[in-house]
Amino acid sequence: MSQFYTAADNLALKPALALASFGCVILLLEFMLGRARAAAARQWILGLSLTGLAVTAWTLWEQQQALDGRRLTAFSGAISVDGFALFFNWIFLAASLVTILISYRYLEIEGEEQAEYYGLILLAQCGMYFLATGTDLITIFVGLELMSLSFYILVGFLRGERRSNEAALKYFLLGVFSSALMAYGFSLLFGVAGSTRLKDIATAIQSRDLHDPILLVGLAVTAVALLFKISAVPFHMWAPDAYEGAPTPVTAFLSVGSKAASFALLLRFFLEPLGALRDAWQPLLVAVAVLSMTAGNLAAITQTNLKRLIAYSSISHAGYILLGLVAGNETGLQGVAVYVLVYTFTNLGALLVVAALRSKVTGRGIEEDLNDISGLAQRNPTYAALMVVFLLSLAGLPPTAGFLGKYYIFLSLIQTGHTVLAVVATLYVAVALYYYFGIVKMMYMGQAAERASLISSSVGMRVALGITAAATVVIGLYPEPFLRFAEISLLR
Amino acid sequence: MITSTHYLVLGAILALIGTVGVLTRRNVVVILMSIELILNAANLNLVAFARELNQIQGQVFAVFIIAIAVAEASVGLGILIALFRNKETVDAGEIDLLKW
Repeated sequence: MSQFYTAADNLALKPALALASFGCVILLLEFMLGRARAAAARQWILGLSLTGLAVTAWTLWEQQQALDGRRLTAFSGAISVDGFALFFNWIFLAASLVTILISYRYLEIEGEEQAEYYGLILLAQCGMYFLATGTDLITIFVGLELMSLSFYILVGFLRGERRSNEAALKYFLLGVFSSALMAYGFSLLFGVAGSTRLKDIATAIQSRDLHDPILLVGLAVTAVALLFKISAVPFHMWAPDAYEGAPTPVTAFLSVGSKAASFALLLRFFLEPLGALRDAWQPLLVAVAVLSMTAGNLAAITQTNLKRLIAYSSISHAGYILLGLVAGNETGLQGVAVYVLVYTFTNLGALLVVAALRSKVTGRGIEEDLNDISGLAQRNPTYAALMVVFLLSLAGLPPTAGFLGKYYIFLSLIQTGHTVLAVVATLYVAVALYYYFGIVKMMYMGQAAERASLISSSVGMRVALGITAAATVVIGLYPEPFLRFAEISLLR
Repeated sequence: MITSTHYLVLGAILALIGTVGVLTRRNVVVILMSIELILNAANLNLVAFARELNQIQGQVFAVFIIAIAVAEASVGLGILIALFRNKETVDAGEIDLLKW
């Protein structure tokens, strides 16, 4: 007789339970305490959210110990915790930790110090947990929506700011549209397989003729929705707007957390149920990856807004990551994992520096245009130097971590005979260097504008900067443990 | 006799109308309604398949989608109201501060 809630279920659910309960409590805190008392307890609320993350880290560690390389399936196959899921969950944890650390000062400057902010970050991470572990269409869809809904609110968190409103609305409309398409695709996949488990869908796809219109439409619509979520060209329109208008810490969280979670889902989807149809989707992914690299890199050159520039560069990074999936061999998948890990810390670091540019002195809207970073080296040499490290890593130059991610992706492309693709991808690195170095030039050669803000730093920001910079350098110089971690994570 | 195919065709038509609506309409509220149409197309498919295959999962999924659609609508209208307070419009064409 099957138990309703087994020990395995409990172990699999623990991190999500921790995130959801801390998230809900923090979400309601301001409502229960009243605005004035909540404002007085701001530091406690920050402490509470960090405690939530600590508890989550502990539960993840517990899972890691219990798992020992095996796969834990819970809730009769709706959730499966494996190395792959844990790997991504550590990334989500790092992303929300850094985000929370930067947010405190930023919200103070913007005058939007609601407790809900932290609650929504934890709830978004809870959604990500289910995206990485879910092996059932319903679990995946609910997790996706939990994450996305939290992000819609977070992007529009600066209510008095028109840019933030607009960004939230655009992100919302396109995000909900893609979710609706995904639901439609899922409904057709359910019809084909007669089950919502990914495992059963994989079996059904293998035994079915691909020319079955229901299956074909279901797969196509689902794939489009997945590409929307990772902001790959031609479904990337929302990303620059959402990144630019959102509060900078949210941009950081959105560009790494949401992207990593969507990639986790995409990988699981393309490798498990769609693994049998490799020949059908590979050319499409090649096209999408090349388009993403082209459009992302070329559009980034002309940008005058820092966050928009990073948004376009992140679109091109999505293209690189997809190339690892195109290659599809062991090295390629390891490359994808390493790339996502490295990209997380590097992009968080770069956006952290952008967030630090914002201070009370400027008193303007959220326009982090390139002039704001001009002459940064004179104003704050440490931030400028670390920004150079992050930009080098984003471009993929050794000895930074970014090199490692790109190296593995390119290596896998050559191993599988996609030499032309590898050459194209390398050429785009040169393009990327051009605009990244534009920023470096501004920082070191440019004159600080009259109205230029001072760097707004805080303990949290310095800690976050330390974490991201250390990760970027350490992974680059001493990659073995991280490579092994990525390798173990992909063993099934 | 109405078979599952009829429901599927109806679902496809609804999804198509919704998609065209999202892509062509300018009023944000109408766009939201179009998105609801796509979600309802998914629900219709799920329930039709659930009956055909005698699988309860489809109906459970549909209930989840209905709940999520409500949450989406409330968040979306909240965002729209915040925007409307700062700039009195619901026309997607006039929301043009962020581009290129």
